Amino acid sequence: MRIGVVLFVLGLSGAQTPPTPAPYTLFSSEGRRPVPARLISGQEMFSLDDLASVFQLALKEDSLAGGLIVTARGQSIVLTPGQSLASVGGRLISLPTAPVKDGKSWFVPVDFVPRALAPTLGTRLELRKASRLILVGDVRVPRIAGTVEPQGSLARLTLDVSAPTPHAVSQDGNRLVVKFEADALDAALPASSVPDLIQAIRPGDGPASLVVELGPRFGTYRASDLPGDRGTVRVVIDIIAATTNPNPGSTPAPAPSPPDTPPLLDIAPSGGIRTIVVDAGHGGTEDGARGPSGTLEKNVTLSVARRLKAALESRLGVRVILTRDADTLVELDERAALANNNKADLFVSLHANASVRASAAGAEVFYLSLEEYGDQAQRVAKGETEALPVFGGGSRDIEVILWEMAQARYIEQSAVLAQSVEAALREKIPMSPRAIQQAPFRVLVGANMPAVLVEMGFITNAEQEKQLTSDAFQVSIVQALVDSIVRYRDRPATRTGVAGAAAPRAGGGLRP
Amino acid sequence: MPRRTVVIGAIALLAIAGAAWLAFSRPWRQPADAPAGTSATPPTTTSDTRKITGTLYYVSEDGMSLVGVQREVPFGETVLDQARHIVVAQLGDAPGPFVSAVPPGTTLRGVFLTDRGDAFVDLSGEARTRHTGGALDELFTVYAIVNALTMNLPAVKRVQILVEGKEVDTLAGHVDLRHPLQKNLKWVRTDKTEKG
Repeated sequence: MRIGVVLFVLGLSGAQTPPTPAPYTLFSSEGRRPVPARLISGQEMFSLDDLASVFQLALKEDSLAGGLIVTARGQSIVLTPGQSLASVGGRLISLPTAPVKDGKSWFVPVDFVPRALAPTLGTRLELRKASRLILVGDVRVPRIAGTVEPQGSLARLTLDVSAPTPHAVSQDGNRLVVKFEADALDAALPASSVPDLIQAIRPGDGPASLVVELGPRFGTYRASDLPGDRGTVRVVIDIIAATTNPNPGSTPAPAPSPPDTPPLLDIAPSGGIRTIVVDAGHGGTEDGARGPSGTLEKNVTLSVARRLKAALESRLGVRVILTRDADTLVELDERAALANNNKADLFVSLHANASVRASAAGAEVFYLSLEEYGDQAQRVAKGETEALPVFGGGSRDIEVILWEMAQARYIEQSAVLAQSVEAALREKIPMSPRAIQQAPFRVLVGANMPAVLVEMGFITNAEQEKQLTSDAFQVSIVQALVDSIVRYRDRPATRTGVAGAAAPRAGGGLRP
Repeated sequence: MPRRTVVIGAIALLAIAGAAWLAFSRPWRQPADAPAGTSATPPTTTSDTRKITGTLYYVSEDGMSLVGVQREVPFGETVLDQARHIVVAQLGDAPGPFVSAVPPGTTLRGVFLTDRGDAFVDLSGEARTRHTGGALDELFTVYAIVNALTMNLPAVKRVQILVEGKEVDTLAGHVDLRHPLQKNLKWVRTDKTEKG
């Protein structure tokens, strides 16, 4: 039986812990019930008596050892006063603080529920401290974080949803209703800074829904879904102003089409990553690999590249350039040159693999190997310079970098990027046994920025061929690539600088 | 009978030269850095049928690596001849259960050697036109040939692949073929060397 739906709405400023903490709400398929919490020595604690009543636990004091044995479903949790370790079915787990005995009652830190009780009961027990929730079993209560941003003649409402949740946006008079297929919403809703377009955002009347109260300048709206970080989904709703004065009878203004190339932002919005070149492998007369049903690699790479461009631009606010946006032949040199001439910060080349073995499957991530390029490339990679004679005698150490080996100085960063891409892809799609490899790939060697080549799967494998052409698989790849770039951007080592920004770029010009 | 003496002398000289040639010229054998477990077959006595044992490379059963296989290859009088025989053998059929790493129909147009130990292997156009187009397969094609020469012939340090007599950027859009490549065993399965 589906439970009743409740909306939990938090202020954006975050809940402050009151002296007597608010009770938690236990949310299961059987309904809701409060579980009181208590502050002891600054720690939020549950009474074990309360938990015993909720979860049918048996409590038995061990008079010899002075501890307490909690039994559920035949498994025991052994607690000892003063010890922040508990034995759960013979395995030790740590708690933020030791259990406390107060009179006849035992109190345990709230984290006892997910850390000790969940493995004992063999069920999901998710503790959400900020929203005072304990979720039991398979109840669906996605977290939603909203923001409102004015963008010229429109206001953009962005809802980051913690898990892929089917939803629908519809207009109902002077309000928009966003309905989610969930048992409840754990939402942090923003105040509107654009009251003439969005008056307010509030919980809806229906099950797991939100309502956007529209302002007087509302003309029309458009809603779209984008992949978010770490499996989240971003619902973007643009509230677009009417072109004329507000008039109930006027025709809504058409949605403005996004510019082909978003303007560069003055302040790098993405940790120094401003421009990303996405390379759709092959094209034109170069079909690339061919699947058993005739799918061509060049078409798969272009489709994913276009999706990736849209996702990166919306999510990261970066400029994304495609090496080709049509079925055209682009030389390998031109692809790297396009990235170099646009001072791209990352180069991502998309491909689909092929094998003489129909069973071969899985994605692979490549970055350049230098060993094939001899000693000079190795020296460049190590940052070594060459002493060249100068007029007037003597010599000067000068970095000499052949354009065609521009990638040499970015090998380490490319390796980090490749690892990030591999890790993110592994979360969403099947990987080959050789998930990360180094190879002397022609398209990478001239790239003057961190660069990877992604083989998204084996198009020669009949099952993978179907996957590679499916929307769901392509969206998964795009989500993973966006995630990986966010993780790469946000990795600790580059928080203070742009990857590779300190290094001078190699001299320009295509190799003839 | 001076004429008979001269003829007999000439025959004797030829016989001695032939014996010396047989005694001192040894068919090419595996180099010292060949994979463990490989060994040369005993030389046979006639040049037409003499063989050497070399390690050739084929695509594994799962398609994810190369496998080194010991196979008999015709003996070549010179390094260049031997290189030619090795490449021809490498382009030929694969022993079961493996698959050739080189596109079907690919033939050898020529092999050239430089004093620096660079070998240029000129393949027919099928190397490009009949390739599966996969990056991994392309690596296998290239390194089956590069490794077959560099592992079996110590005199060959690097290999550059040409197609139809010309330098090419790549075979299928990935592996950089603008430079001679050194041997690289990272795509070779290391657990065993098969007997072919």
